[in-house]
Amino acid sequence: MKVTGAQSLIRSLEACDVDVVFGLPGGAILPAYDPIRESSVRHILVRHEQGAGHAAEGYAWATGKVGVCMATSGPGATNLVTALCDAYMDSVPLVAITGQVPSWAIGSDAFQEADTTGITMPVTKHNELVLDIDRIPGAIAEAFHIAASGRPGPVLVDVPKDILQATTEWAWPATNELPGYRPVTRPNGKRVREAAALLRAARRPVLYVGGGVTKAGAEAALRELAEASGAPVTTTLMARGAFPDSHPLALGMPGMHGNYAAVAALQEADLLVALGARFDDRVTGNLATFAPKARIVHADIDPAEIGKNRVADVPIVGDVKLVTEELAAAYKAAVTADGAADTEAWQRATAQWKQRFPFRYDQQDGGPLKPQHVVERVSALTGGEAVVVAGVGQHQMYAAQHFRFDRPRSWINSGGLGTMGFAVPAAMGAKVGRPDELVVAIDGDGCFQMTAQELATCTTERIPIKVFILNNGHLGMVRQWQELFYDERYSEVHLGFECPDYVKLAEAYGALGLRCDRAEDVDATLEKALATDDQSVVVDFRVDTHEGVFPMVPAGRPNDEIILGPEFSPEEQAAATRREVRTQ
Amino acid sequence: MSTHTISVLVEDRPGVLARISGLFSRRGFNIDSLAVGPTEDPGRSRMTIVVDCAERPLEQVTKQLNKLVHVLKIVELEPDRSVERELVLVKVKADPSVRYQIIELAEMFRAKIVDVGPDALSIEATGSPAKVQAMLELLDPYGIRELARTGRVALARGGKGIADKPLRVAARPA
Ligand SMILES: Cc1ncc(C[n+]2csc(CCOP(=O)(O)OP(=O)(O)O)c2C)c(N)n1
Ligand SMILES: [Mg+2]
Repeated sequence: MKVTGAQSLIRSLEACDVDVVFGLPGGAILPAYDPIRESSVRHILVRHEQGAGHAAEGYAWATGKVGVCMATSGPGATNLVTALCDAYMDSVPLVAITGQVPSWAIGSDAFQEADTTGITMPVTKHNELVLDIDRIPGAIAEAFHIAASGRPGPVLVDVPKDILQATTEWAWPATNELPGYRPVTRPNGKRVREAAALLRAARRPVLYVGGGVTKAGAEAALRELAEASGAPVTTTLMARGAFPDSHPLALGMPGMHGNYAAVAALQEADLLVALGARFDDRVTGNLATFAPKARIVHADIDPAEIGKNRVADVPIVGDVKLVTEELAAAYKAAVTADGAADTEAWQRATAQWKQRFPFRYDQQDGGPLKPQHVVERVSALTGGEAVVVAGVGQHQMYAAQHFRFDRPRSWINSGGLGTMGFAVPAAMGAKVGRPDELVVAIDGDGCFQMTAQELATCTTERIPIKVFILNNGHLGMVRQWQELFYDERYSEVHLGFECPDYVKLAEAYGALGLRCDRAEDVDATLEKALATDDQSVVVDFRVDTHEGVFPMVPAGRPNDEIILGPEFSPEEQAAATRREVRTQ
Repeated sequence: MSTHTISVLVEDRPGVLARISGLFSRRGFNIDSLAVGPTEDPGRSRMTIVVDCAERPLEQVTKQLNKLVHVLKIVELEPDRSVERELVLVKVKADPSVRYQIIELAEMFRAKIVDVGPDALSIEATGSPAKVQAMLELLDPYGIRELARTGRVALARGGKGIADKPLRVAARPA
């Protein structure tokens, strides 16, 4: 059957089971937009290509499937770069398709020409400029395979206009030809048994769980391993929801703004079992003083992560689901032979820390509305039955801290790149991927203004999302650093509460706009927002400008220097620093 | 820090050199030399890369290289178990009074005079990095006008090829 390159491209997407593409057309990609009219693939027209990229990410986070975005050459492609980099840092499976100037014009500075594969090389797992029409199906098939397998990531396929316009005979490739790409998924059994032996012998083990656990779908295996071994579990910013917060072994989030119990447990541990985690600086703080007493079992699908920041005593390369399952089995076998690990005292200590040093804030009656209170009420009123998407800043940390995550894939954020403007488009993508879920963006006033235009997409494409802006009138996280580290010399962080008027802006976009600035009105406002499902809702929560995110480990400092914050007394801080455990 | 020679077998695809050199600079590694050319197998190229770094960073860059889709194989070539060669072309100032001294010097290194001018000689030399370096040091006092080097190329000693050998990093317990 004769097809154009454009038809071949769209057929290839269909063959890869793509149900939705987020994109925006232009000259070079124009031919591809013609066959899309007849295709089973739903195209969602965004208002900015960055929105297409983040929407595809949100879709991928929410579903585990590959997200797809499409843009034209030049500015369309460069607008995708932030999202590609974001997906690269957070290992989000993405396929981006970009149009390119005709192949004969490449290199001539033609209109809207940009070296897209060159620009995106360092921020994609792989990319390809297709110069032969018969390569289109192969390039697309390989892109999906590479994006989804091994350590997931973004793959870009750049197709010149003349290739899209040429004609050929349609043929779908039988196999991928990737001799240099063979991710190791089966863990080495000997290593797994070594890890099990360490876990059995440990007195103070911690399961240090990263985003890889959700990517591998290892949540059930993780729970089995935790319950079998009695090892407390920390879930990083990338892994919120991978282990239920309500579980007695859950210590919550480690890192710069993590739970005290999680941070302290890592520092005191005699064994860390890192599962799909990468010893990121936001978790380790000063690396040399991180978890100083711990031996390290490090399991990851990406061999390059193992030993990158911290040397592993037991390195395990493999799919984290397989590793976790086999480790749980090996642990049980080791217990049968040698008796169970004695972690009771350790469980008591960590549980005590959790109880004594929780996230604390002070919502006074009639006082300014605290952002934490809003998140807590969102958590309570939704019963945790929501997919929560965050921007980047203080509100992101409040969301990660105060929402109770009990389900996998209920948390979506920009962890590695920290991209302001992530939330609205990612929430849109998540809602497309899981239309029956309540999708809630917890956003900052600064972030919101970077990508708010996608509310138009939500309205016209009937993708109702909730956006709860924790409006502190500031670039709050930066303000907090200026408060703490620059002697309250505030510089260029004031945005103001009034401009824009978020309620009017919401209405202009066809969404319901609400405002709330008193703690006693939060529930009623949320109820109204949650009861609205025929349009998107934006709530302008006017929150306390002066609130800071705590606990905090200042950047580059040892985790031992964790600051509990103003809600704790000097005695409590001293006890926390000592990592005191009271004997009852 | 020490010098390492790594041999990288790659698919001969557009942009593969940019991918590899980009990865080095992005991860903060300096390339001392890089030589690339076709192999016995059409569609595959071999790059010989000399880097100056410590053992652990080397392991990291090797693992990162290995993740590139068009990279097929990487081995580190140990100096005492491989043959390493470099070719240099060097133009030396040589007025008639020193010309014969320089020619004699070149002969000691089994180098060839490839061009003669009224006040300069061009010499072609191949050899191990140490030999080439020694010759250049002896030529230096005469005044080196211009120098072009290919960068190091290397092969492991013995009968086996790169495709038969396991990757050094992966060969470590993992
Ligand atoms: C695109 C981008 N620009 C700048 C930053 C640096 N930055 C990190 S948090 C932050 C403030 C975000 O402000 P807002 O969205 O209002 O959130 P808040 O911290 O006030 O909750 C800034 C500017 C960033 N992360 N991303
Ligand atoms: Mg703000």
